Amino acid sequence: MTGSRDVDDLSLSSLGEAAILCQLPEGSLNFDRQRRIWALAESAEALPGVVEVVPGMNNLLVLHDPFTLSHAALSELLLGLWAKASYKDCAGSVTEIPTSYGGKAGEDLPEIAARAGLTPEEFVALHAAGDYVVYALGSQPGFAYLGGLDPRLATPRRSVPRPLLEAGCVIIGGEQTAVQSRTSPSGWNVIGKTDIEFFDATKAVPALLSPGSRLRFVVKEIVL
Amino acid sequence: MIEIIQPGIFSSIQDLGRRGFRSIGVGQSGAMDAMALRIANILVGNSDDAAGIETTLGGLELCFDADCRFAVTGADAEVALDDQVLSVWSLATARAGQVLRIGWPDAGMRNYIAFAGGVDVPVLMGSRATDLKGGFGGHEGRALRQGDRLSLLAHTSQDDPGLPFGIAGRKTEPESDSPVTTVRMIPAAEWGQYSPDTQQSFLSANWQLDPASNRVGFRLRGPMLTAKTPRELLSHGILPGTVQLPPSGQPAVQMMDANTCGGYPKLGVVIAADLGRLAQTRLGDAVRFVLVSPEEALQALRARENLISAVRVVCHHRG
Repeated sequence: MTGSRDVDDLSLSSLGEAAILCQLPEGSLNFDRQRRIWALAESAEALPGVVEVVPGMNNLLVLHDPFTLSHAALSELLLGLWAKASYKDCAGSVTEIPTSYGGKAGEDLPEIAARAGLTPEEFVALHAAGDYVVYALGSQPGFAYLGGLDPRLATPRRSVPRPLLEAGCVIIGGEQTAVQSRTSPSGWNVIGKTDIEFFDATKAVPALLSPGSRLRFVVKEIVL
Repeated sequence: MIEIIQPGIFSSIQDLGRRGFRSIGVGQSGAMDAMALRIANILVGNSDDAAGIETTLGGLELCFDADCRFAVTGADAEVALDDQVLSVWSLATARAGQVLRIGWPDAGMRNYIAFAGGVDVPVLMGSRATDLKGGFGGHEGRALRQGDRLSLLAHTSQDDPGLPFGIAGRKTEPESDSPVTTVRMIPAAEWGQYSPDTQQSFLSANWQLDPASNRVGFRLRGPMLTAKTPRELLSHGILPGTVQLPPSGQPAVQMMDANTCGGYPKLGVVIAADLGRLAQTRLGDAVRFVLVSPEEALQALRARENLISAVRVVCHHRG
């Protein structure tokens, strides 16, 4: 998860008349890059005329009021902020996610464990041993893109997505693991289920997690 | 209070949408044709961002259980209050017990009904808009159903013209006799990575709006754009109006209920001033794209705001 601390060039492009997308040179996901993206997000959000910042995976979308802060002026400010952006730290605390692995709610576990050449118990042990960091939230309300999956557990997405997968399902898609925050279609493999609620629109802080949050899966049971 | 007798194909409570929560995965939602909802609100004396009803291809019937001023804007649908035919883009007053019907539009997709005071549903994350995918906001986080009863907020304005009043709605957007909706687009990050042939093919095609299009996104059908397609990108923030090119070679435009993040290459973003017109394009009709600079997009946005200001001035001086 660590990588080069060279200052990568930030490339900026318009996303319509009122937003600038900040991207880094192509490459695989990098944790240090993400820490600088978080720092950039924090300082960009404080700029007068910036209305919203949306951290992505090693990138940042900045929404602005083009009548008070022009594209050109914002671009210059962002490049300046990037040059002196620090590496933002993660949250100190770790959110534990008690998880029932396998069974009906985690029905892909036996198959993808076998695919990885592991027993379901070994697969679960590796999954629960991981120290995961929320890179960004997106796709659905409260849905966290996590870094930290053991590469041995990476599993391609299903060729046919499930039309509905319940909120709380613990899933693996490609090199990422995540938890469904809302019941929705999903092409990821489902290995377990948690009762933790990741999103409640009526709360003052609707999402349980935020960029930089750390979490760990705790084995409640393995049902085979 | 109003009661939904028939919701039509798809009707929902919308305002101007939710801002500031993309970073936790909550999208904008809100009226697909924001200008139409704003004008409906101005006609009845509401603030622009009051919540109203958005319909899809008409079919809505509702009953007023108290006297109420309202306005219908948007698509060219037949609108009737009991037996009385009303004009779209006009203010009217319903008496208790009267039934409002929105018919199948001759042109356009979506109508907006604003009620004096606005629809009273809880404000969640700064908005009353329905987030259908998230299952919250609006009326119980879902599309309207038969039998739903909606409260209205108290209306503060004292002037009641009592007379029907309206504006010539068709003049609010650049007039065109062509069945093709032309929208302006600002090129996005990956535009320059496509070959001139692919770019030309995209810009010269009349893209047919696929019937599977909805508030989440519009799918387009036309020539295959597969040549030299950039590969999938790391997930990043996207906005309504973003024109993506998935591996299928057929572009898709993100609309108001779009996901907050995506990873497909982007051709461009439809300018804010044209997004409502795109939203009114009928399923099966054609869409064309022309490239503009961000500066031209801002001019268009300014022109739209001036038009809305003019409507506001006229409405405040009526009677």
